[in-house]
Amino acid sequence: MSTTSAKFLQSSLGKKLLMSLTGLFLISFLVVHCVLNALIFLNDGGVTFNAGAEFMAHNPLIRIVEVVLFIGIILHIIQAAILTRQNNKARPVKYAVYNGKAGSTWYSRSMGLLGTLLLLFLIIHLKHFWVLSRFTDEITSGKETLFNEMKEVFGNLVIVIIYILGVISLAYHLMHGFQSAFQTLGWNHPKYTPVVKAIGFGFSILISLVFAAMPIAMYAGWIK
Amino acid sequence: MSKLDSKIPEGAIEQKWSKYKSSAALVNPSNKRNLEIIVVGSGLAGASAAASLAELGYKVKVFCFQDSARRAHSIAAQGGINAAKNYQNDGDSIYRLFYDTVKGGDYRAREGNVYRLAEVSNNIIDQCVAQGVPLAREYGGMLSNRSFGGTQVQRTFYASGQTGQQLLLGAYSALQRQIGLGTVDMFTRHEMLEVVKIDDKARGIIARDLVTGKLERHFGHAVLLCTGGYGNVFYLSTNAMGCNATAAWKAHKKGAFFGNPCFTQIHPTCIPVSGDHQSKLTLMSESLRNDGRIWVPKKQNDTRKGNEIPEEERDYYLERRYPAFGNLVPRDVASRAAKERCDEGYGVGTSKMAVFLDFKAAIERFGKVQAKKSNIENPTEAQLKEFGKQVVEEKYGNLFSMYEQITGENPYVVPMRIYPAVHYTMGGLWVDYNLMTTVQGLYCLGEANFSDHGANRLGASALMQGLADGYFVIPYTIGSYLAKEIAVKAIPTTHEAFVAAENEVQSQIDKLFAIKGTKSVDHFHKKLGKIMWEKCGMARNEKGLTEAIQEIRVLRDEFWKDLRVTGKQNEMNPELEKASRVSDFLELGELMCMDALNRSESCGGHFRIESQTPDGEALRKDEEFSYVSAWEYKGNNTYEMHKEDLVFDVVHPSSRSYK
Amino acid sequence: MSTGNMNLTLRIWRQNSGKEQGQLVTYPVKDISPDMSFLEMFDVLNEQLVSKNENPIVFDHDCREGICGMCSMVINGRPHGPKSGITTCQLHMRSFKEGDTIVVEPWRAQAFPVIKDLTVDRSGFERIMAKGGFVSVNTGTAQDANCIPIPKDDADASFNAAACIGCGACVAACKNASAMLFVSAKVSQFALLPQGKIEAVARVKNMVAQMDDEGFGSCTNTGACEAECPKGISLENIARMNREYFVANIKQ
Repeated sequence: MSTTSAKFLQSSLGKKLLMSLTGLFLISFLVVHCVLNALIFLNDGGVTFNAGAEFMAHNPLIRIVEVVLFIGIILHIIQAAILTRQNNKARPVKYAVYNGKAGSTWYSRSMGLLGTLLLLFLIIHLKHFWVLSRFTDEITSGKETLFNEMKEVFGNLVIVIIYILGVISLAYHLMHGFQSAFQTLGWNHPKYTPVVKAIGFGFSILISLVFAAMPIAMYAGWIK
Repeated sequence: MSKLDSKIPEGAIEQKWSKYKSSAALVNPSNKRNLEIIVVGSGLAGASAAASLAELGYKVKVFCFQDSARRAHSIAAQGGINAAKNYQNDGDSIYRLFYDTVKGGDYRAREGNVYRLAEVSNNIIDQCVAQGVPLAREYGGMLSNRSFGGTQVQRTFYASGQTGQQLLLGAYSALQRQIGLGTVDMFTRHEMLEVVKIDDKARGIIARDLVTGKLERHFGHAVLLCTGGYGNVFYLSTNAMGCNATAAWKAHKKGAFFGNPCFTQIHPTCIPVSGDHQSKLTLMSESLRNDGRIWVPKKQNDTRKGNEIPEEERDYYLERRYPAFGNLVPRDVASRAAKERCDEGYGVGTSKMAVFLDFKAAIERFGKVQAKKSNIENPTEAQLKEFGKQVVEEKYGNLFSMYEQITGENPYVVPMRIYPAVHYTMGGLWVDYNLMTTVQGLYCLGEANFSDHGANRLGASALMQGLADGYFVIPYTIGSYLAKEIAVKAIPTTHEAFVAAENEVQSQIDKLFAIKGTKSVDHFHKKLGKIMWEKCGMARNEKGLTEAIQEIRVLRDEFWKDLRVTGKQNEMNPELEKASRVSDFLELGELMCMDALNRSESCGGHFRIESQTPDGEALRKDEEFSYVSAWEYKGNNTYEMHKEDLVFDVVHPSSRSYK
Repeated sequence: MSTGNMNLTLRIWRQNSGKEQGQLVTYPVKDISPDMSFLEMFDVLNEQLVSKNENPIVFDHDCREGICGMCSMVINGRPHGPKSGITTCQLHMRSFKEGDTIVVEPWRAQAFPVIKDLTVDRSGFERIMAKGGFVSVNTGTAQDANCIPIPKDDADASFNAAACIGCGACVAACKNASAMLFVSAKVSQFALLPQGKIEAVARVKNMVAQMDDEGFGSCTNTGACEAECPKGISLENIARMNREYFVANIKQ
């Protein structure tokens, strides 16, 4: 890496660019993840869903993307941690009275908190499904399908509630993050920015609803 | 009279400046590096001078009392800046700008200076645009102009209602660039408290660091005072709270003559005083008079709201008295007319010291045009109003919301109330053509000097003069002086003159703290302001001025007996800063009254009640008073007046008629 | 909105110097006219303090007409107080009501250390400006002002960015104490004009580098700066600066 690009990445704007790009990348992953998982709603006993899962598990390209994805998540987290630390340092003495809601939304000011909640959720989530499919032979050996695993995990009410809370965090994180990524990339236009914001808002709600529907539907037994 | 040599170059008026420029002594670039210049004040004049001189290669130190050069009060100028570009093809020329300025100044300015000002006005616009100052433009991409303050041509360049801000930020950015390049040392939150003279030449200053309170000595081969006007002697004015005369006054006491101190400009369109708590007055741009109509009720003591008074009961007194110029008469005329109406009992508002500035007619007029544009055949009353309101909002929106903010009234519905307020001081340190005061090496630029506006300044000319002095005059004229100074090595600030000057400042500070009285600085400042406004304000007479001088002397004694300055010297202490400034105002105020008393004619902003025509207009007395009064400090609050006779070779004084 | 005179309780940050600790001190004020400006109310309080031989409260102020950018108070948790689009000096007491408690604090940021009471040191802005907030054109070199036509929309957009008064409310409002709005307004003003484009690359790189060095936080696009800016400087400027910065880094 040349010194100028190192400088660029160390600058506040460079770090923000990384946040934005990794964020958008993670959003694109969410779309794929959501569409694939939504196959359960076909209600065919998980046949199509399992086929999809099978494909994802054995496609070498997907395995590479998976690595990239993890790098993306880690970068996003590390950058966020560094930025948060710097930003805290930028105001060592806090206000006695701070009326933040006058100028901004609570969730735009709470991205770090929402992100942390998401991280905790992600660990739980990965343990449930990813660890199972990647590091045990439960699924590859055919003993168990991912669909059945879902049914089992989501049979537990506590877990369902944790998932719903995780998804709510995701919704708010996205509500700010989606449009924020565009702003950071420099895409702000009086005509198109309102559109981006509307799409971002709609997307955040929609994708979160679909995700939330999965544990709920499984728990309620709507999906056989 | 031998003491005053204006040093106007010989030759035809059009030739003077170019001849001067081509024959002035130059300083070799390698010598410039060794020459240090102190600039006090960082407004339009100071920032532009400092940046330009640093670009030339001089070592520059800049001092300002604010926390940034960008805060100087030039920033508050709203209307615009004049230049003789004739972009509008309406017959403007350098000569016409020169002529208008001399006439507008009521023939009390120097022709040579004013012509130079008009000449360089065009360069200013070029310079500012090149700096990235976003002046208003037309759809074709060319610069836009408007007419302003009683001129018949459109020569005023502007940036919305924030022209001063944009021009100052331009000069400020040029200054910051030099700071970044290391050619300028910037001293913010520093106040100059004394000029240091060595062998009769200005060689430095004593400044107080307003954060630590420490006194500092700074050497310079030349010192430039760009410290603005002294309008705050009136306490209430449109000036910023910190505007002061201290630098100029200290220079005056060190030998710089004070020119025409009584020439103050009262701006006709300010928001009226609302109570005793008032700390400053806010100007509503003069551009409002382009579309607004000024009136008072025909009935005395009319307490109805402006919008409830029917058309036939309104007296549009400016249009009545001055049919040719109407609401666009120059500032002095408009101000006096408002005062006359209020004094006669026709004033409005709770204080009865206000007149209406009404946009009803403009809203209707604009509404009709707009309806036509939108192809609406028979617009309703409401439509017209709405359309008209939109146009007014586009043109003056920021001013209207500012008015509403301050008064709590909606000016689209209820006519604005306005009243004149102190705005600008044409007087200031006397300078010659080089902008040098009567102290060698001590220069004075911008509003702080007396030079170009005579007895009355035209709208949009203050910005022009500040920038002309800083960008285009001083870089040439200072060379003539510094060319002779190249042999002078930087004088160490341990020199006895520096020590003596610092001791003087220290003893003044000690004296202020030692009073230990009971009254705050503001108490005295308000009292002084009241005396000045009532007796040396819009209209003056011998009796009032004589009384004012006595009253100021009494007040000054009281000040030195009963003032309380809290806190300590070696800390940030605004009370001390104010005390020091007010102590100077208390002396300057007296001199202003003395000057006003001496000038028993009416001219420009100076209206002597004894000197008026039968129909109440100002009566100038050219045979007696065609001179600049330059006051020399003689110690112990005594002064001697010197006259610089004004010669008019080109423009022949005539009476100003706006009828 | 209040019409009669009011009695209020003020809780004001007092701090003798940057080196000492500060705290909120309570001051009751009586008979405050709704026509007073917020700073005139401070004048009244300071008069009282002087009459009691106490040190008056030190606060930055100058033009008192909303343009110099000197005044800088966080009032009840909002820079320049409860009304949008104005500075502290333009805030009038009719925005408060009888019995209100008003908490007044200085701008709080690492990069804006307190000098005394409500006065902070904003020289960081000056240093950022010195790194590139200008067009490098010496006096006297300019050609005729109408030589380069500039589309009205560009000139207007540039003006809107240039309307920034450098007060620092954006920093005070931002949860990260970021100076992005201030810096981006200056970058935008020049980026939008042909005169400024010439040095665009160096300008944005140098100004951002200095901004980071000063210890301001980074932008998380909460929009608080725009909402609290007395001059309505738009977030669009921040996006533009991001763009300018990325392009500048790609180019060089």
